[in-house]
Amino acid sequence: MQMPEPDAGTLARRDEIIAAMRVIVPGEGVIADDTGMAVYESDGLTAYRQLPLIVVLPETVEQVSAVMRYCNENAVKIVPRGAGTSLSGGALPAADAITLGLGKFNRVLEIDYDNRCAVVQPGVTNLGITHAVEADGFYYAPDPSSQIACTIGGNVAENSGGVHCLKYGLTTNNILGIEMVLPDGEILRLGGKHMDAEGYDLLGLMTGSEGLLGVITEVTVRILPKPATARALMIGFESSEAGGQCVADIIGAGIIPGGMEMMDRPAIKAAEAFVQVGYPLDVEALLLVELDGPPVEVDYLIGRVREIAEGLGAVSVRVSESEEERNQFWAGRKAAFPAIGRLTPDYYCMDGTIPRHRLPDVLARMGELSEKYGLGVANVFHAGDGNLHPLIMYDANEPGQLDRAERFGADILRLCVEVGGVLTGEHGVGVEKRDLMPEMFSEEDLNQQQRVKCAFDPNQLLNPGKVFPTLHRCAELGRMHIHRGQMPFPDLPRF
Amino acid sequence: MVEILKPETTEQVVEAVAWATGEEMPLEILGTGTKRGFGRPMGDGNRTIGHALDLSGLSGITLYEPEELVLTAWAGTPTAEIEAAVAAKGQMLAFEPPHLARLYSNEGGTLGGMIACNLAGPRRVKAGAARDHILGIEAVTGRGELVKSGGRVVKNVTGYDLSKLLTGSFGTLAALTQVTIKVLPAPETEETVLVSGLDDAAAIQVMTRALNSSNEVAGAAHLPAGGGGVTGPVTAMRIEGFVPSVTARVEALQTLIGAAGEVSTLTGDASAAFWASVRDVEALGDGPLWRLSVTPGRAAGIVGAIESGLSGAWLYDWGGGLAWYAPEGDAADAGAAVIRGALSANGGGHATLVRAPEETRRMVEVFEPQPAPLAALSNRVKESFDPRHILNPGRMYSGV
Repeated sequence: MQMPEPDAGTLARRDEIIAAMRVIVPGEGVIADDTGMAVYESDGLTAYRQLPLIVVLPETVEQVSAVMRYCNENAVKIVPRGAGTSLSGGALPAADAITLGLGKFNRVLEIDYDNRCAVVQPGVTNLGITHAVEADGFYYAPDPSSQIACTIGGNVAENSGGVHCLKYGLTTNNILGIEMVLPDGEILRLGGKHMDAEGYDLLGLMTGSEGLLGVITEVTVRILPKPATARALMIGFESSEAGGQCVADIIGAGIIPGGMEMMDRPAIKAAEAFVQVGYPLDVEALLLVELDGPPVEVDYLIGRVREIAEGLGAVSVRVSESEEERNQFWAGRKAAFPAIGRLTPDYYCMDGTIPRHRLPDVLARMGELSEKYGLGVANVFHAGDGNLHPLIMYDANEPGQLDRAERFGADILRLCVEVGGVLTGEHGVGVEKRDLMPEMFSEEDLNQQQRVKCAFDPNQLLNPGKVFPTLHRCAELGRMHIHRGQMPFPDLPRF
Repeated sequence: MVEILKPETTEQVVEAVAWATGEEMPLEILGTGTKRGFGRPMGDGNRTIGHALDLSGLSGITLYEPEELVLTAWAGTPTAEIEAAVAAKGQMLAFEPPHLARLYSNEGGTLGGMIACNLAGPRRVKAGAARDHILGIEAVTGRGELVKSGGRVVKNVTGYDLSKLLTGSFGTLAALTQVTIKVLPAPETEETVLVSGLDDAAAIQVMTRALNSSNEVAGAAHLPAGGGGVTGPVTAMRIEGFVPSVTARVEALQTLIGAAGEVSTLTGDASAAFWASVRDVEALGDGPLWRLSVTPGRAAGIVGAIESGLSGAWLYDWGGGLAWYAPEGDAADAGAAVIRGALSANGGGHATLVRAPEETRRMVEVFEPQPAPLAALSNRVKESFDPRHILNPGRMYSGV
């Protein structure tokens, strides 16, 4: 992975920049010593490490604005950061960039039940929002597996999902407004407590923009009344085809479960060995289906799903009869990553999405790739929405294994695109999948995305080296090749 | 003379736009043209529309996989064709797009038009708007380049979400050629709980209680002039889903709000017809019509403030989050100053003049004016797609 060459001029001005930042953010808010900066040197994609130029931790939007204005006027790059849980290197520092940490923006500003929303600062954790409202029977729906640590600002930047997003949507479907600071220091508000955007849907554009367009300083999220009840089924199948068919038939019957997860044999085995929750070990695919809603609906749908599963020859079906049992069903799935971590010194988590019916084919070809690269792979799968998380097992201390794991991963993502899917369902492009973008997009597609970037950040100072494989100057992207001439296509129908 | 260019392939759309760009000849982007009355009259300053680009020749569903909840169609595909195809498989467009053409005494409309206007009906409170169901897009920018965004899977964060940006951009950024949307199972049944006789403020409170309960309310409207067989004010809440669940939730909802007023119910076709009339704003005549997107709990206060300066008729949808207001009389600005003043004094939001004579729409900002920094950003976004202002110039804002 090639990151942009650090700018020597910026590195030479480091002391001057530190002094300027200390004026804007007094007290403890500027970290410039290597020891202090060490905790910021990577994010959840730990294979990549880099110390930032300096770390700045502002406390007010005015400080964020002043930092951005200074950087814009002095051509200093900025990498925004929440809790640093990105799995794609979205918050990976650059040697010539300020890491701008939003951790001090950690307050819930307002809870407005009448309008079913909460106004929070970007450093509040995902789970922190639910904790603030759950006593009153509400929750915040998107639940990425890092929810205990990841921040809502990072969730907006990455458009985070979770296991419930088939029914309840991603971050983009669950926020109403943001306050943000543009690279030139301008403070903007998009949306509010009302439901539709005015003008262009810049809120939709900002969501999932991976910190390349602006720094988010406040978020208004939708909160939902908690479903009255939830129950889960644990269903074992002899083949991934049967498991996949079960998912298709459930949706075909008009049922959208609150959560629907699938695991393959290696993942089931690892999870059961780790947490001993009674997963069947003689099956190729384990399906967890959670129904939520009013008790009468949940009971009714449990019956429907059981019928569908048994009709497809499920080898085992268990239904949770208590909240404790439901949590037990999920415990194995939720522990899948650490469970794999016990079997291998290192693992690499992928995040492609595929059209669901291609699952058996994709799993078979992944098995072939596993043999080719000589590395094991276990699969957990958000079955409802086709989001696949293959976990490639390797040992970073064995020479060449990290490189092989990355090439294996890239092949898996190419496979996802080839069958009609995409490179990333919820983890983002970051630095990790940056160079694979041309697998999915043409040069014209990528140039248009970069033109949008230029509309926000004409000097290209925000989160450099992420998302786009090739950087172009904004002026170069703006050029047009004009073909003047005859009215087009004489054969074009006109009236 | 204005000519209508009617391409039948993506390549022809590229060719037409590239030519118009070279000639600096602004284009009006059309599907079937049923919502031409929505937006500012086209043309910016002395630049008048050269030709119309009619995309209705790009028509047909190219992919529909009900079990994957996904449908792809050419932008010029009639809405009716799409609604019929998904209904045949027991599915729906969950954002319940209004048949907005009816506001302009037309029938029809296309998928591209529905997306370009980001339509949403009463189910917005539960299921979101068109923008929440868009998965992927192919479009020709004002640079004459075919670009795509998104894909055909429901979970995707690869690259910027240009699909959402184009949704609701009224053809000012790119001419849509192909669209992929998420579809959802249609409910097995629906039932509507009606409460009679509430004033606006009490109605908003009742709807809030219903929406804040775990009964999964999929529509909450208040019609001060009555409807659904009720004369006088009626507040309506829709419950939909599987039969046993609907029965239980209707009962629970009646218990929850029963004390507020006289309660009745609508079932089956009567319920569906009621919500179609709310969706299509049938109650508010033929005159100027405003669509106010506001903080739901502030809606009654906003309409009260408007009524202190104007006189008109109105109704609420989305639990108050959407208010439709039809001013009476012949104020030259169709009430814009009073209406927008009431909004900004009551928690913000935006007011769109959805229907008015052309001369009014020429004079009054149809879409909510933006603060200068936001307007400047919108303009830069416009220019990133359409640097020569060829596509629907001025349709949303002057200069955009």
